[in-house]
Amino acid sequence: MTATEPAVKDDLTPEPLLRVRDLSTDFRSERGTVHAVRGVSFDLHRGRTLGIVGESGSGKSVLSRSVMGLIASNATRTGSVRFDGTEILNASSKAMRSYWGDQMAMVFQDPMTALNPVLRVEAQITESLFEHLDLTKAQAKATALELLRSVGIPEPERRLRMYPHEMSGGMRQRIMIAIAVACGPKLLFADEPTTALDVTVQAQILDLLQAMQQDRQMAMILVTHDLGVVAGRAHDIAVMYAGQVVEMATATSLFDNVRHPYTEALLRSIPKLDMAKHTRLEAIGGRPPDMVNLPPGCKFAPRCAYAQDRCLVEEPVLTAGDDPDHTFACHFPVSVTLQTVRSTPTITTKAAEPTERGGITVDGRPPRVADPDPEGSN
Amino acid sequence: MTALEPALANPSLLDDAEADGVDGSHGIGIGAWLSIGWIGVVAFSAFLAPILPINDPNAEVASLPRLAPGQEGLLLGADANSRDMLARLIYGGRNSLTIAFFAVLMGFVIGGLLGLLAGYFRNWIGNVLAGFFDILLAIPALVLALALVAVLKGSPEATDSFRLPTIIILIVSLGIVSIPLLARITRGATLSWSQREFVTAARAQGATHRRILFREILPNVLPAMMYIALLGVAIAIVAEGGLAILGASMDPPTATWGTMINDGRSSMEEAPFIMFLPIIVVFITVMALNYLGDVVRARFDVRESAL
Repeated sequence: MTATEPAVKDDLTPEPLLRVRDLSTDFRSERGTVHAVRGVSFDLHRGRTLGIVGESGSGKSVLSRSVMGLIASNATRTGSVRFDGTEILNASSKAMRSYWGDQMAMVFQDPMTALNPVLRVEAQITESLFEHLDLTKAQAKATALELLRSVGIPEPERRLRMYPHEMSGGMRQRIMIAIAVACGPKLLFADEPTTALDVTVQAQILDLLQAMQQDRQMAMILVTHDLGVVAGRAHDIAVMYAGQVVEMATATSLFDNVRHPYTEALLRSIPKLDMAKHTRLEAIGGRPPDMVNLPPGCKFAPRCAYAQDRCLVEEPVLTAGDDPDHTFACHFPVSVTLQTVRSTPTITTKAAEPTERGGITVDGRPPRVADPDPEGSN
Repeated sequence: MTALEPALANPSLLDDAEADGVDGSHGIGIGAWLSIGWIGVVAFSAFLAPILPINDPNAEVASLPRLAPGQEGLLLGADANSRDMLARLIYGGRNSLTIAFFAVLMGFVIGGLLGLLAGYFRNWIGNVLAGFFDILLAIPALVLALALVAVLKGSPEATDSFRLPTIIILIVSLGIVSIPLLARITRGATLSWSQREFVTAARAQGATHRRILFREILPNVLPAMMYIALLGVAIAIVAEGGLAILGASMDPPTATWGTMINDGRSSMEEAPFIMFLPIIVVFITVMALNYLGDVVRARFDVRESAL
């Protein structure tokens, strides 16, 4: 079974494991309200992996923490999050405690900071076992050993007595994964699980996550800034920009027919091995918009190669094209395949030169490039 | 499970942590050992004072008051009441250290608990507690301790009413003074440690507040608390001396280092050693405690930066 099979609509389970509707998360800050997540909706069925892709600040991490309810006290959430048929958006953290670790768990980005430096591995793994399962000390230890084996840690007996700083980054992330799956959650969040790791172990950790997800039939939300990470690993992919989902489809459908210019730009920014030497890496010019003062219209328009006047005033909504399961938010969608993206020459992005505040002026309009008029001012 | 096979087949890929060489055997230096030695001797003699072969500290054993050290078999001489200075220093240390240790222990437990709560719950609970610590800290420590001793001792005329033993009064008074000191440090450390991702990770595993506070945060905050507690014992020893000068320490004839300094003042011109011996002992003890506190802090900082 390949991960990139098209979505199979299972009519027997009309209610997905996770149903998110119009979820928005705002943070109060000194500068104003930060609209970190805006109106995100998606379904996630058991045993499937949803990849959430976006650059830094696109709200992808906040989205996964908002779904789980692990957000700071200065955040407010609106919308609906139904987990296994129960609305959990407004559940108290006391009520959520029976879900956390037991029903849903999270693998964090940096295993060094997400493990307690002064506790032995054993204490950190068995903690949630004692919390959620009625285990004796011996049973918990046996379970911990089994977990360490299942995440591919050699000499688990010795590792149990170690402190996090005595292990390598890859090992620590394996420990994190063992902790997260300890109580057999139905839903696993992996928040950039490989960003803090050496390139050489990134693939190992991703393969491990995928293996755990398939073995245990968990649903998984894989958050990453790297489309290459979700390609071949996620069933569905949601591309986020400025707190919104701008394109969502099954992985095959997305890579066969990229509709949103942002997705296209993300794909183009992946370096190609067969590129000629000294080819300039393609970057998306400019920066994401200020999440406090969002410009009107399409949030990507200031950086978009295809943007027209309409894009700057009218915000596109997420709609389906020919394929009802492939939605995108764009007035002037592109239609390219992964292959053409990888082989055609560069398109020039609009704000290729760095401009102040990510190419957006105070009134929210992109700075117009002045006419090339060398004589004009002299 | 195919994904695991490459890693399992080649454990050496995963096993690069061995060479880190964290052995923790860095020396703590001669100063630290001298400090530990001194405090060990003082604590040992204070603890074993009743069974040590020394004179009764309150008995007149010398033929003359203010007997110079070394005469009549009295190693450190006699005070203005012909009492053995060595015995009084040892028993004085017993009382001074008991007062200082239990006062700081009280501050450590109560202040530490309040500081943990104040640093972890950043809502009205934390704000009210932090404000309370600030108010207590705004009152000069010696004035607060003096007021507490005065209130708890009550009027000297009212002999019929119930009175706590003076040593308990001193412990409680100095303990209350040390609560905000320890609470503030604990709160500060808790504030920063509770921001760490492993706290979020523990929450994400369904850990209760109590579990997070005592299992995840407390072990990390403990070194900072230990550092302040060692300084706190030193401060409490000095504070007891301050109370003694004001006549608010143990009642005569009971010896503490503070009361010995106070008694020695009247003989300062004829026999300065009566005052200076306890001063020197207090000075060395306080310095040793401070030094050890710094060693604890240095170790704690190094560990944190090494992680």
